[in-house]
Amino acid sequence: MINNNTPILEIRNLKAAINTNEILKNLNLKVYKGEIHAIMGTNGSGKSTFSKVLAGHPAYEVLDGEILLNGTSILNLDPEEISHLGVFLAFQYPIEIPGVSNEDFLRLAYNAKQKFKNEPEVDPLEFFSIINEKLKLVNMSPVFLSRNVNEGFSGGEKKRNEILQMILLDSELSILDETDSGLDIDALKIISQGINTFMKEDKAIILITHYQRLLDYIKPNFVHVMQDGKIIKTGTAELAKELELKGYEWLK
Amino acid sequence: MINQSNKTLNTNITKLVNQPYKYGFSTTVETDIIEKGLNENVIRLISQKKNETDFLLKFRLKAYKKWKKMKCPEWAQLKFSEINYQDIIYYSAPKSKKKLSSLNEVDPELLETFEKLGISLNEQKRLTNVAVDIVFDSVSIGTTFKEELAEQGIIFCSISEAIQEYPEFIEQYLGTVVPIGDNYFSALNSAVFTDGSFCYIPKNVKCPLDLSTYFRINDQQSGQFERTLIIADTNSQVSYLEGCTAPQYDNNQLHAAIVELIALDNANIKYSTVQNWYAGNELGKGGIYNFVTKRGLCAGANSKISWTQVETGSNITWKYPSCLLVGNKAQGEFYSVALTNNYQQADTGSKMIHVGRETRSRIVSKGISAGKSKNSYRGLVSITNKAIGARNYSQCDSLLIGNLSNANTFPVISVQNSTTKLEHEASTSKIGEEQIFYFLQRGISIEKGIELMISGFCQDVFTELPLEFAAEADRLLSLKLEGSVG
Repeated sequence: MINNNTPILEIRNLKAAINTNEILKNLNLKVYKGEIHAIMGTNGSGKSTFSKVLAGHPAYEVLDGEILLNGTSILNLDPEEISHLGVFLAFQYPIEIPGVSNEDFLRLAYNAKQKFKNEPEVDPLEFFSIINEKLKLVNMSPVFLSRNVNEGFSGGEKKRNEILQMILLDSELSILDETDSGLDIDALKIISQGINTFMKEDKAIILITHYQRLLDYIKPNFVHVMQDGKIIKTGTAELAKELELKGYEWLK
Repeated sequence: MINQSNKTLNTNITKLVNQPYKYGFSTTVETDIIEKGLNENVIRLISQKKNETDFLLKFRLKAYKKWKKMKCPEWAQLKFSEINYQDIIYYSAPKSKKKLSSLNEVDPELLETFEKLGISLNEQKRLTNVAVDIVFDSVSIGTTFKEELAEQGIIFCSISEAIQEYPEFIEQYLGTVVPIGDNYFSALNSAVFTDGSFCYIPKNVKCPLDLSTYFRINDQQSGQFERTLIIADTNSQVSYLEGCTAPQYDNNQLHAAIVELIALDNANIKYSTVQNWYAGNELGKGGIYNFVTKRGLCAGANSKISWTQVETGSNITWKYPSCLLVGNKAQGEFYSVALTNNYQQADTGSKMIHVGRETRSRIVSKGISAGKSKNSYRGLVSITNKAIGARNYSQCDSLLIGNLSNANTFPVISVQNSTTKLEHEASTSKIGEEQIFYFLQRGISIEKGIELMISGFCQDVFTELPLEFAAEADRLLSLKLEGSVG
């Protein structure tokens, strides 16, 4: 059993760079199970870098600090292993994969996870009934299964596809990188509903966003403001409202 | 650092695509060879050894004269050091004491070689339902299912045998689709070709078996110059498969082949190739230089010729299987997957020449380049003024793996007819770091991810392959893609 006092994610003094450019400068964060954290901040403050580093993207180099998942360091793990341990990243710009059907992609991801958990892999028929249930949660038509991964999807469809994957893989810690950007209000409602249904006591979510409006639908326990590669202010949902009114300037 | 991570990505992919070549062994057999070098005497000697008629000798000498006046073509996107034609053995044959009357008399060493390659010459093993002609270096060492095919009037034998037994076909058709002086390599082949397959399907016969030739280069210094001639008479049908491998040597070996297909009225020829010559090592040393001229003549009305190729081997591939659509309503097709890795270079594509009315053609080309390889599609669609109502559809897709590979497309379209309908589509995609990261983030391994992307990319072509070959092609690609990634 995991000690209740162990955070699902703990980041200590994290420094990370891409191409010798230091982006994250002394980042600290603790996330416990059952919590939703929102990270806000201006463009270029390091929010997306943070999500990529957490997921183990090979282009980023960790210079210093520690990332602990359930108390264990994941700094030397491959992105694949980090994923198996329950970390899910919903991409800001979901990648198109020509020639690969969404259904094959989703089944492969699902089975990779099953295999990791030492549970039986499912055949395409079994998988179809599993995925059909999940599709309803994000209001997606089964037609999307036969289309190539994200190819020709609208912005909203791509984001819904990300949330579908999060629900399917049943990740413990999900980082949603600007999942709300480019969505109309109806799509935003559908996605928020999907996320809210998904959120449970034993899970945690980090929302990276520019806008307060997402937080009208998903209630965060904490709101962090990121600036120049570190968190400069932490508050409750009220902080997001204040930011919406005043912008980020007053924090400097 | 991005450079560093690109490097990691590239090494990972290289590891993945770089599976050791399984067919790199060589066989020790006593051989009968003509000393290296090329001159008129060598050609006379080849002709003499093969006990050929005057027609053939004249054919060869005429070709040699033409070749001497020609220059190696330089228009292809290929870089290679000059080939020394005096340093090649033009005739190398396993020694046999007498003429073989049955396959049981074939040197057991050779039989074993082909068992190792997965080709069974043993007629009891009729599993694959394919009749095979085996060409080892310069000569054919045996053909399976000959008698069964003969019952239907089908002739399937080595071209040497055809020259002896069916001179009327040879004299009527040899060199009619690919003329002696068509190009540098066809002239060379016409002068020195040593063996290959011959096939004739009579009127109204649908060939019950897939016919196949398996080419094996064994000798280190020899080149392989084979010639295939397939004639499908009125209303007949045949599916033909070609496979090739070679041992792993440090030097480059030349393979310059000619394939001629002739389809008369309503005839249908499907020609499939899985080419897996030795490609050279990861530094580009060694490997086969593959310069091949393949052309089909749709002479009759409603005839159809379909080329399907999966090109994974060879250091250099220079090959443009083409169709001359002369008969009215004739159809030509070309489906191709070309995978290059390391320092491999492929310049391949197709030519569709529309002459007859309402002729149709279709080109689907998929090029995959990994490592530092170069992969070019080069094609010609020519609609002449007589080809009223001709149609063509072309699709050329390139897939780049990693950051160091190179893909080019050189399509040429010439239309002299306002009734033509022509479509051309092209795309370039890349398996890049972000796509791989996406797969990994979803817990899917890099091997699986790339395999999935490649098989999706090749699907249009793989569905065209005959069943036995589809399995082989799949195996071949996954062989190159399987394996551990650090």
